[in-house]
Amino acid sequence: MKKTKSITRFFAIVMSACMMMGMAACSSSDSSSGTGSNTSETKAEVVQGEKEDGTADKDTSSDSAALTIKIGGSGPLTGGAAVYGNAVKDAAQIAVDEINDKGGVQFDLKFEDDAHDPEKAVTAYGSLKDWGMQVSLATVTSAPGAAVSANYQEDKIFAITPSGSSLAVIYEDPTNESDPYGNVFQMCFTDPNQGVASADYLAEHTDLGTKIAIIYKNDDNYSTGVYEKFKDEAAEKSLEVVYEGTFDASNQSDFSVQLGKAQAAGADLLFLPIYYEPASMILTQANQMGYAPTVFGIDGMDGILTLEGFDTSLAEGVYLLTPFSADAEDELTKSFVESYKAKTGDIPNQFAADAYDCVYALAQAIEAAGITSDMSEADICEALVKQFTSMTFNGLTGTDVTWNENGEVSKSPKAVIIQNGEYVGVEE
Amino acid sequence: MEKKKNIFAALFGEGVRNRTFSFIIVIAAYIILESMRRSGSLSSLFTGLLVPICCYVIAAIGLNLNVGISGELNLGQAGFMSIGAFTGISVSGCLASSLTNPTLRLIVSILVAMLVAVIFGLIIGVPVLKLQGDYLAIVTLAFGQIIMSLVTNMYLGFDENGFQFSFVENRTKLAKGGKMLLSGPMGANGTDRISTFTVGAVMIVLALLVVYNIMYSKSGRAIMAARDNRIAAESVGINIARTKMLAFVISAAMAGAAGALYGLNYKTLVPAKFDFNTSILILVFVVLGGLGNMTGTIIATVVLVLLPELLRPIADYRMLTYAIILILTMIITNNPVVRKFFGGLKLRRDTAGREA
Repeated sequence: MKKTKSITRFFAIVMSACMMMGMAACSSSDSSSGTGSNTSETKAEVVQGEKEDGTADKDTSSDSAALTIKIGGSGPLTGGAAVYGNAVKDAAQIAVDEINDKGGVQFDLKFEDDAHDPEKAVTAYGSLKDWGMQVSLATVTSAPGAAVSANYQEDKIFAITPSGSSLAVIYEDPTNESDPYGNVFQMCFTDPNQGVASADYLAEHTDLGTKIAIIYKNDDNYSTGVYEKFKDEAAEKSLEVVYEGTFDASNQSDFSVQLGKAQAAGADLLFLPIYYEPASMILTQANQMGYAPTVFGIDGMDGILTLEGFDTSLAEGVYLLTPFSADAEDELTKSFVESYKAKTGDIPNQFAADAYDCVYALAQAIEAAGITSDMSEADICEALVKQFTSMTFNGLTGTDVTWNENGEVSKSPKAVIIQNGEYVGVEE
Repeated sequence: MEKKKNIFAALFGEGVRNRTFSFIIVIAAYIILESMRRSGSLSSLFTGLLVPICCYVIAAIGLNLNVGISGELNLGQAGFMSIGAFTGISVSGCLASSLTNPTLRLIVSILVAMLVAVIFGLIIGVPVLKLQGDYLAIVTLAFGQIIMSLVTNMYLGFDENGFQFSFVENRTKLAKGGKMLLSGPMGANGTDRISTFTVGAVMIVLALLVVYNIMYSKSGRAIMAARDNRIAAESVGINIARTKMLAFVISAAMAGAAGALYGLNYKTLVPAKFDFNTSILILVFVVLGGLGNMTGTIIATVVLVLLPELLRPIADYRMLTYAIILILTMIITNNPVVRKFFGGLKLRRDTAGREA
């Protein structure tokens, strides 16, 4: 009896600890979206009201209802990856509002939480389907995307993911890159493409450095995915890789061992296919060691300049290959950054930009194909696949963007260098 | 009346009413949901939740045997689920071409997954259960983490020349048409989704049968005696380590089976899914349902899995509400007035049953 009591007490402690963690995660995601979440809330309510009217009017099919197309999507709005989900949700909402204001094609966006969990993504998909989703932004992150792609194929709903970069999102058999789902498209580069593009870039620009050290996160599919293809391509282009170091989620605060070994191996170029938080640690610690190789990152490095508590002077001279930089001077980027800042108070990252592009690409394709909301999902899907594989799209993350029939995007990554605390395009 | 009881007793052993109630709940729920699913009146959301709920119920029933009946805290149930899931996926992947009947393939995968989970259960249980105290909790906690790290670094491929395995770094070179069964942090991809609600429901019934038969048998009484008073139990000749082992290994086997069913229900599965939080989640199901109370565990599991989904309409406040409901449930069920009320109900029901 005594034992059961002590066990009960233990549970009470464990559970309250878990709950506190859960609450903390909640509140942090809330504060990150800031005032934006309030506005989106009121909007959601308005949308809800419209929806009810819409369903009531469906039989009489009023004109405005006939043109409103329901876009679904899911992403992590709670939990560790909530930053990405909220960025996509807010940016997609901005694009939807802009398009709705213009007249013509009308969208109704519903974005569900999947907590970066394949299981939750499948239930979020179910909930979106019950709502009557006609086209979709699929998921924000890769693993949930890979779980729901088969559902999109089965139910013949067109989906384009802003940032689900893994091959498994668009291929049923990612090992052989065969059996594409056919109606799931990507707005972002696939992980392998980034690795190949990075290696190619380094092979062409040997002035950046010739002895390459790589530090990657070996329990992260984004990082290992890029690393593997980079390594293959580097071997093909006979780049000299002198050191490969790894870390994982449990030890991403101390990189002195990896950096020491890279320095000892004489590496003058550090390739970091990782997200910006650990990258900022690496930069800080390399600086403390007095080790100054050229640092080369990919799109995950985007965001390092807005990281709190990071001395941005350390990022001077860092190269990154990214489809989007918030400091670009063109009109489209400027206006997007402005409205994103007004909505959320943050500078948009590439996730936001990809989401914005997704909605505009959908709008372009829907307008060109003359799709109306009274068409069946399967018909919409067929028409959109035809459009996407034949059209050219200009957006925030690239110009002359095209897609192949497997759903892979083709756009050229921009090399960007950090100078005076800003992203500056590298002149070719 | 007396005779009827005997038939039940012959079929299921003692404690008839308690367990018939849980069987009736499970079977009735199955019949209703399955017929709704077939007629298409069940929403997509709930259709997608059927199999995962079955998985969590099976894992929770197993854990309740371990924590509630045997009184040993197990914080690594997700580790056993992980073993079961990835074993099941690998077996199913290998058999894809030779065993085309999906249900048969599912059953074979689940059996192999259970076997592997049992082996790991034995490896951990043999040394640890000989000790007295909370060591099992510590070891299973570490075990869950170790399994997650191991699977995260494992690469297993399969082509016409056989298996290829590598650790930490992917060195597998597969021939055309080969298949990666496990690819490190990406886990398993492109799995055939062969899990069905029917198999899940049958597994719950089997799990209940096993647990109830243990609970009301000689071994079950020995397990509970060892839990309540170790010294007294030893003095009457009960082998404590062996009885606790029985409960622990069966619990592991159920987690393995649940994992396999879970893994084969999704196109993709990442190792990080089965982390410490998942272990705790299953513990929460068990504790909220009541230690040693299988019906309660089933109900708590279903409610707690459904709750976040039912709260979807309130969007931003969803997880907050979920946490508050969880806390309130714990406070309220522990409130003496409420307990007394339910206690009174139960007493009345018991006396009513006796009179009838």
